[in-house]
Amino acid sequence: MFIIGERINGMFKDVAEAIKKKDKSVIQELAKKQISCGASALDVNVGPSSDDPKEAMGWLVKTITEVTDIPLAIDTTKADVMETGLASCKSKPIINSVNANQDKMNTLFGLAKKYNASVIGLTIDKSGIPKDADGRLELAIKIVTSAMEHGISTSDLYIDAVILPVNVAQVHGKEVLRTIRESKMLADPAPKTILGLSNVSQGAPQQNKGLINRTFLAMAIGAGLDAAIMDVSDKELVDAAITAELLMEKQLYCDSFLDAYRKK
Amino acid sequence: MEKVIEKWQDKIGEVVLGATKAPSTSLGAGNGGTRSRTIKIGGETGIYFIKGEDACPNPPVVAMEVWDMEPQAWPETLKAEFGAALNNPVEWAKMCVEKFSADLICLRLASLHPDAKNASGQDAGKTLENVLKAVSVPLIVLGSGSTEKDNEAMVHCAEAARGENCLFGIATQDNYKTLTAACLSGGHSIISEAPIDINIAKQLNILICDMQFPADKIVIHHATGALGYGLEYTYSIMERTRLAGLSGDKMLAMPLINLVGGEVWRTKEAKTGDEVAKDWGAAKDRGALLETATALAYINAGADILVMYHPRAVGETRKVISDLCGR
Repeated sequence: MFIIGERINGMFKDVAEAIKKKDKSVIQELAKKQISCGASALDVNVGPSSDDPKEAMGWLVKTITEVTDIPLAIDTTKADVMETGLASCKSKPIINSVNANQDKMNTLFGLAKKYNASVIGLTIDKSGIPKDADGRLELAIKIVTSAMEHGISTSDLYIDAVILPVNVAQVHGKEVLRTIRESKMLADPAPKTILGLSNVSQGAPQQNKGLINRTFLAMAIGAGLDAAIMDVSDKELVDAAITAELLMEKQLYCDSFLDAYRKK
Repeated sequence: MEKVIEKWQDKIGEVVLGATKAPSTSLGAGNGGTRSRTIKIGGETGIYFIKGEDACPNPPVVAMEVWDMEPQAWPETLKAEFGAALNNPVEWAKMCVEKFSADLICLRLASLHPDAKNASGQDAGKTLENVLKAVSVPLIVLGSGSTEKDNEAMVHCAEAARGENCLFGIATQDNYKTLTAACLSGGHSIISEAPIDINIAKQLNILICDMQFPADKIVIHHATGALGYGLEYTYSIMERTRLAGLSGDKMLAMPLINLVGGEVWRTKEAKTGDEVAKDWGAAKDRGALLETATALAYINAGADILVMYHPRAVGETRKVISDLCGR
């Protein structure tokens, strides 16, 4: 499982505060903690309240790369903020994200080529998120085609079928699962699939969030999910991911399979 | 046409056996030993012997087995190769190194077994010391097959050979703690064995590593089957292990060993004399050929160390290895 740690995001108070005060230690601790919990990459998002998002992104990326060379997923909707983040990365970066709007794709796939980045493509366009799998797959095809036109390998592309909170949009769950399964047939090599997992439990009672997250993650892995942006410090969630992958025969069984995965 | 080369995610770990007097320059080759050279095995980056893919940086090596007492069950055709040396492990070991060019000596402490001589751990340690003095190649040390006696003896042996980085066997899922601790304390490497069970093999390596034993001092044994006696089971499990290791499973990315001689020379095809089996081909050739054929199958399955008996089989196997590796 390719796990992208979600925690360095200005929507969290401690991160917003650290950006404001230029307090490196808070960010670096969050980076190290997520890596020790099993993150394969870290999401970096300056959050909505930043006065100078470009400057903040540059500072965040530099601060993180002082302590680790793990890949970073630059999480922003603004192209100039994206480029600042990409330019500061040491390892192959991930663009988080592009959607199926042509002008967006032209800009961001251009940046992906320039900085040799992987790209997360959301199945969203001007009219929003399709209600069913067919609509999502249509947008996924657009993204795959555009990536190929820009010379991006489909193995560097992650399709995100966009899961919505189960308490308000229950119908989307099974459509997302079908999108994950069928996205694999869109190209050869197949694009990878990813989810912004925590969204599924947004607004649900605190005591149920973990259960919803790990159940949906296990189901998605069963459908072929390759990666997730998620709370890597939730040990039960990571355990569920490891176990689901074991059941999908992605890891060879042994009695200490959790331990074995973490020894990698 | 484009040449398609399989790319693997990972490579097999390298294990260094033996230790020289020279200060250590690479992991495992620590000083404190008295070997004239160390032997490096493993390090494969792909499947063995595919032309054009240099996947085999350290060719397989051949160890010859030496017992601390005359093997009672060996047929005369095999015994004749060693003559009087069979009663003297020191002479026997020297003969294997000097006359037959063995890369390593595998000392089997058969006399420990209660059904053999029921020798003491101290005696075994003494024999090991003498063999270490007599030859300068790295050593493999195996017990007698009696768990209780072996555990006690290996503690003495690991101490007697302290710093020599011998390869000690055999740790199993039910009995690995004593040997692992002894190897850890004496600075040795270890053979982990799970008979034809890849899941247990992985588990055992995790258990051994949990005792703070370094993964790069473990060699895997899947139990060896002789040709006609389950060779294909061992072969396919070795292949699966190697592919898992190359695909990134660190707990299976270790070199592999096969105890070829011991298995082949237990079979009736190797042991039966001409007087009983007239139609089986001459007994003097038959066993050596069977041992050669078994060994060659295993080097194709990915074996890094072959432990063998018959000098002729050793010679043939070494020749094939050198032909295949082009060196």
